[in-house]
Amino acid sequence: MSGHVHRDDLGSRLGMWLFLVTEMVLFGGLFIGYSYMRYRYPAEFHHGGMELNATLGVINTLVLLTSSLTVVLSIVAVQRAEKQRAMALLGTTLGLGLTFLVIKGFEWSAKFHHGLYPNSAHLATLPPGEQVFFGLYFTMTGLHGVHVIAGLSVLSVMLWWVATDRIRQDRYIHLENSGLYWHLVDVIWIFLLPLFYLAA
Amino acid sequence: MNDTLHSHEAPIEHPGYGTFIGVWLLLLLLTGCLVGLSHVSQTYAVWGLMTLTPLKAGLVFYYFMHLKYEGPVFKIVILVTLGTLLIFFALLFSDVAFR
Repeated sequence: MSGHVHRDDLGSRLGMWLFLVTEMVLFGGLFIGYSYMRYRYPAEFHHGGMELNATLGVINTLVLLTSSLTVVLSIVAVQRAEKQRAMALLGTTLGLGLTFLVIKGFEWSAKFHHGLYPNSAHLATLPPGEQVFFGLYFTMTGLHGVHVIAGLSVLSVMLWWVATDRIRQDRYIHLENSGLYWHLVDVIWIFLLPLFYLAA
Repeated sequence: MNDTLHSHEAPIEHPGYGTFIGVWLLLLLLTGCLVGLSHVSQTYAVWGLMTLTPLKAGLVFYYFMHLKYEGPVFKIVILVTLGTLLIFFALLFSDVAFR
């Protein structure tokens, strides 16, 4: 019997990009909503931004940028049949992603400790503009956090597949597509940093 | 069993480690500039948001997400998406401006 394996890596990547543009529209809608609310409540957004820890926001940016680098380098390693290096780079990505979540957890905990969480009694006493600011902050960083968890889950599978040679030099489209998703998560955070921590 | 593989793509030259490390260093530098601007004034911070942030995102799209090495269809898909968002943005603020 002669097996015929039909593979369309280009179509696979295009399909992934089509999914990614729906994600861009999802977050883009939230960014537009943020823009209008910031225009309407500039002073309240400034005050709300002062409550956030910019240092943690910047550290998390460096963590995610570096995790994007390690993902793209893991693809180069697979292309060069450097399996151990690819696994080490993917493992580093997973570690950095978890670091991001831990830092985000500390940041959210501090806010909760100060009575700042969705529908809290303290939040209800703040001016409407600040309520909107924190509503958007928790929605957008929370939705982004869910994407980080999804990305880490997929990349964990990729690490397993590299280890078991399901992903190898002549077949790595799954790793490429997972990397695309992770990079988009990084791009979203690139916008969230100045929106909430630096320019609010 | 004789497996044959049919892929629609011609073999391409893959970029090496150095290209991506260079882009990463540039991204770190731009992040530093963004943070620096935010310490000058809020106006500078907003300008940083509107210029350096899209530049950073563009670098990730172009290099890390391999858009540089993809065909025109990929670029068109993304430009149409960004254009659509821009239209929504313009529609919203044109409504706000005439309230």
